[in-house]
Amino acid sequence: MAYEPFNTLTSSAVPLPIENVDTDQIIPARFLKATERTGFGDNLFRDWRYNNDNTPKTDFVLNNPIYQGKILVGGKNFGSGSSREHAAWAVYDYGFRCVVSSFFADIFKNNCLNIGVLPVQVTPEFLVEIFAAVESDPQATFTVDLPAQKISIDSTGSACSFDINGYKKNNMLNGFDDIDFLISQSQQIDAFAAQSPL
Amino acid sequence: MINHFLLLHTLDVHLFLHPSNQFYSQIMAKTLFDKVWDAHVVHSIENGPDVLFIDRHMVHEVTSPVAFLGLKQRGIRVKFPERTFATADHNTPTINQHLPVEDPLSANQLAMLEQNAREHGISYWGLGHQKNGIVHVVGPEYGITLPGATIVCGDSHTSTHGAFGAIAFGIGTSEVEMVLSTQCIMQPKPKSMRINITGSLQKGVTPKDVALYIISQLSTSGATGYFVEYAGPVFSEMSMEGRMTVCNLSIEMGARGGMIAPDQKTFDYVAGREFAPKGQDFDKAMNYWSTLYSDDQASFDKEYTFDGDKIEPMITYGTNPGMGLGISQNIPMAQSLDGGVATYKKSLGYMDFSEGDAMLGKKVDYVFIGSCTNGRIEDFRAFASIVRGRKKADHVTAWLVPGSHLVAQSIKEEGLLSVFEDAGFTLREPGCSACLAMNDDKIPAGKYAVSTSNRNFEGRQGPGARTLLASPLVAAAAAVTGHVTDPRTLL
Repeated sequence: MAYEPFNTLTSSAVPLPIENVDTDQIIPARFLKATERTGFGDNLFRDWRYNNDNTPKTDFVLNNPIYQGKILVGGKNFGSGSSREHAAWAVYDYGFRCVVSSFFADIFKNNCLNIGVLPVQVTPEFLVEIFAAVESDPQATFTVDLPAQKISIDSTGSACSFDINGYKKNNMLNGFDDIDFLISQSQQIDAFAAQSPL
Repeated sequence: MINHFLLLHTLDVHLFLHPSNQFYSQIMAKTLFDKVWDAHVVHSIENGPDVLFIDRHMVHEVTSPVAFLGLKQRGIRVKFPERTFATADHNTPTINQHLPVEDPLSANQLAMLEQNAREHGISYWGLGHQKNGIVHVVGPEYGITLPGATIVCGDSHTSTHGAFGAIAFGIGTSEVEMVLSTQCIMQPKPKSMRINITGSLQKGVTPKDVALYIISQLSTSGATGYFVEYAGPVFSEMSMEGRMTVCNLSIEMGARGGMIAPDQKTFDYVAGREFAPKGQDFDKAMNYWSTLYSDDQASFDKEYTFDGDKIEPMITYGTNPGMGLGISQNIPMAQSLDGGVATYKKSLGYMDFSEGDAMLGKKVDYVFIGSCTNGRIEDFRAFASIVRGRKKADHVTAWLVPGSHLVAQSIKEEGLLSVFEDAGFTLREPGCSACLAMNDDKIPAGKYAVSTSNRNFEGRQGPGARTLLASPLVAAAAAVTGHVTDPRTLL
């Protein structure tokens, strides 16, 4: 899917200081019956966000209007579990463009990169700093600079660098997806397939 | 699969490295994973991922519709329909499969898969088809799964197929679209890990316990970024079904996949299956498959060794698969853990368990045997070995869900169905069922379920449901006693 390019982003953040947030929390399986990629934001963190009678759980961060922004900050091992890309779609559809954590599950990270959500892995110490900054000022802003591979806390200037492979970085900066690239490799792929028995 | 040898020839290392050189064997040494991966690299991007050729692609109804939609929008077709196999499993009912699916959203998703498969000329095993079943159960059953192959599916438990010495891993829908359209995927090569289990397993200890033990030692993220090879006598002794259970759970410690070097047991399992090579092609393939093992000198980025004799039947007590312990042990105290106390307490709060509680004796409301983890014939044999001659506890609701029609047929042929029925159980029809509770098989809020499935996340088996992951033996013991029971006391 082609998506909006990502360059730099300055935004306040929504804190979710819980570890091992799994994809069943991000989007429960019963909401995976759709056949299109839009509309999942309504059910992002459904069972943490709503009671059984569909009334909002007031103590959950997404229901607290103080916290807004395009950056979601989660505890370590964010996105573990299922390969459902619906989890990344839900994050995107809700309005987040960047997820920050000290550690990401593999498939979730890949899925984010493939749809234009930037996963930013920071040190555990910097994650603590981010949570502290949001706690003391929910309007605190952060700047994610993809070209420089750096995230900073605007009020203090404190910053942390992050890794992303060069190919994926170029894709994110330009809104490219992998399929266009792979289709351009067709001849090589055909030659390879011809010598690979089923 | 012959590309592996071609690649070796194209490397000019032999010009400056002669086999007599003492470093030769070390430098040329490859892991099982390296051998299979390197044989499938179409192209390597500098400072980027490899373009990896995928031999076989399995598709199901939940993660494929948007990928097919993408193809339509690009105006392209599935590149190799003969390498693509579709089955419906995640979102299917496990009773009355002969009737129309009631839920309109589920019915639509199933119809969409059928239509996409027909449009693109893909084999489709829909609801009611005799080959229908859970994608990771039917793949091996019909010889789609082969040693040395690369296999992907839009499902994280694709790691199951690694039991055959294949590189198999779960992918997202964007990647499903890549494979449908180009038969390739872009992946950075993961780091390598080997997990050795020495010794042998005690009576009553199953492959599921081995996997839950490893995950409890490494944690739910301990193998993230790695591809795992399982090695040692415990795995050599293990049946193919057992190896599938272990590889299946690799993702639960964060690994993209796990694999076991193929051996005679593997070749015997594959021989004669519908989509496996036949005759001379099989012999040729077997010659290649026989080279698929980690060389003696091969090195791993990380290696663990555990003593198989020390593993006891396992059960989980929390809300991720790393929160498991030997069934006779007590729930750990929060202060004994490294960090994460708030998350730990949230997890125990969800389960309504307390630190220090014994697991033995905890009341059980539901028992679920099935899923791509433990929905094979061997699992139902194990379950039968305990329920035979006993009765289901009155307050327990039990769902017995075979992984495929072939498994269901074996259950009947082996006389296990009457064992189950005599003990008060009924057998349902194949599907993923209560493992992820997309269909009606949901555990009610607050209830405790001993499940042979793979995830105990909050709400995984239904909103508010509380899951205790365990082996088919532990599930059977819970089903007949109505509480968490050490199966060794009933064998």
